[in-house]
Amino acid sequence: MSQYLIRRILIALPSLLGISLVLFTVLALAPGDPFGELAQNPAVPPEVAASLREKFGMDDPIWERYVKWLTQMLQGNWGFSFVSRVDVDVLIMQRLPTTLIVIGSSQILALLVALPVGVYAAVRPYSLFDQIATTLAFIGFSLPTFFTGLMLILIFSITLDWLPFVYQSNVEATGLAFYWEHFKQSIMPVSVLGLFQAGVLTRFVRSAVLDVVRLDFVTTARAKGLRERAVIVKHIVRNAMIPVVTLVALQMPAVFGGAVVTEQIFRVPGIGSLLIAAILANDTPVIMAVTFVFACLVILFNLIADLLYGWLDPRISYR
Amino acid sequence: MTEPLLDIRGLKTHFKTDDGMVRAVDGVDIAIGRGETVGVVGESGCGKTVTAMTVMKLIAMPPGEIVEGEILWQGRDIVKMSPDEMRKIRSKEIGIIFQEPMTSLNPVYTVGDQIAEVVRLHEGLSRREATDRAIEMLRLVNIPTPERRVKDYPHQFSGGMRQRVMIAMALSCNPQLLIADEPTTALDVTIQAQILDLLAEMRERLGMAIMLITHDMGVVAETTHRVVVMYAGRVVEEATVDRLFGDPKHPYTQGLIRSIPRIDTAAEKKERLEAIGGVVPSLLHPPPGCRFAARCRFATDKCTEAMPPLRDVAPGHKVACVLYDA
Repeated sequence: MSQYLIRRILIALPSLLGISLVLFTVLALAPGDPFGELAQNPAVPPEVAASLREKFGMDDPIWERYVKWLTQMLQGNWGFSFVSRVDVDVLIMQRLPTTLIVIGSSQILALLVALPVGVYAAVRPYSLFDQIATTLAFIGFSLPTFFTGLMLILIFSITLDWLPFVYQSNVEATGLAFYWEHFKQSIMPVSVLGLFQAGVLTRFVRSAVLDVVRLDFVTTARAKGLRERAVIVKHIVRNAMIPVVTLVALQMPAVFGGAVVTEQIFRVPGIGSLLIAAILANDTPVIMAVTFVFACLVILFNLIADLLYGWLDPRISYR
Repeated sequence: MTEPLLDIRGLKTHFKTDDGMVRAVDGVDIAIGRGETVGVVGESGCGKTVTAMTVMKLIAMPPGEIVEGEILWQGRDIVKMSPDEMRKIRSKEIGIIFQEPMTSLNPVYTVGDQIAEVVRLHEGLSRREATDRAIEMLRLVNIPTPERRVKDYPHQFSGGMRQRVMIAMALSCNPQLLIADEPTTALDVTIQAQILDLLAEMRERLGMAIMLITHDMGVVAETTHRVVVMYAGRVVEEATVDRLFGDPKHPYTQGLIRSIPRIDTAAEKKERLEAIGGVVPSLLHPPPGCRFAARCRFATDKCTEAMPPLRDVAPGHKVACVLYDA
């Protein structure tokens, strides 16, 4: 098991290296660079601009710059933002917790909705409950988050004025009030992301459960004299979880993508809005670092999925 | 005859489909005494499995429905039982094993856990006691090194071994009746014989009755005391094994017995095996009268008029055919 884990991490390393190489090359080849503005700025003499370019190695061959970036990064030096002059790791560490909390809570919300609804719909297929649930799920994942986000802002912030529509990281309150404010401002972004995911997951949980319900061992479980509830929870859901875990993990890149959009709408100061701002400002070190962190997170979640998978399904052995 | 253990009377289990009611079981009478092995034979779709599943109330309702009849289990009618009462009978008083040992066990739990689940449920044993019982049961069904195997998952067992596990599970609460629904159909011939021997051995040691459902006349001849022949949702003949093979009355039974390949005569006579011509009638709109009439070479006009009732032609030998009307 631990051997498997070590090997998986070792396999992850070359893929991360490959990802970073592609990212770096694409960014380097993209038009525009952080010093583009300096060249047009009359206050900066051309010699200064040129020496700055040289200092940061902007005109070196790409591979040389990549090797330099990689060795620096491995030593823990992630560079600094060309815009704010703050170290990139500091910037990311400021923003990452917010994103992880928003994404984490929204995934938990999605699972809390999707699991019971999907299971209940599947054990009573084509019932009224099932019809309503599948219809709502269909609507849920058909509506893009930028639409539902704006709708919620319109209803709950502007018309009803119940919830703040701008997420603030520096809430001016202490004690319980501090958490209450944080909770209030998280409700909308978390619901938008969570309910969208819930729509996708509900349909998937339903079909996974439907696949298991008709299997022979479910009849065996009933023949044992178990209560229907025990049959569903212990025998059906336990087996249906195996594909669901895979989907949740494979959805993580899409969830991060959705989070970038949602963070923009609600002005959540997370890693997604940091990325958008950096892209707009051609702030290469920040773009590079943020996308790389995303890549690490996606690989991490895939690894977690594989481990969960083996834990849920004894037929899979770690070799 | 004393009161039978299980007495199915006039049972009709129908299924609602888009095309109409499918009369899968349409008036079946079967009685099983204590410690007796009764074979239920018939071709695919004749209602054997539905009968067994109805006894355990494992039919999905809807679309299934018990339209008529009673199933007396030690005098109490299973048809009228509440789900809670029924749960206390399943595995505790009536055990069941199925056709597909490969898929009948839950792949994510160890076989020990799956056996222990039954005894914990019905006998309230602790986890340890239940595991000990599981080991004991695995040893009983001749699984080598049961102390080790109890922690294995179903995929680590072969088909025959899994059927042994199913038998261990079904017998773990010492039921009075074991329903074996084509227990050997999915297994290869040598394993089939082993499983049948095991069932016979278990019956001798534990004394339960067995309702053995099969389409294999050979299996019936080897293992059962009495045989019930079903055709298109109805019982057509019932007799002891010796009588049934020695003096089959119903033309369908005669046809079934003639269609058994015989190793002793086939080689010298080089005869073709006799098959029963025609197909099973639709259970959606079964023909009036005898359901076998269309395929029967003795059929007369009388056959299509009314359904012939099951009546005694000799002590313990019943047949539903107009040929034997007095």
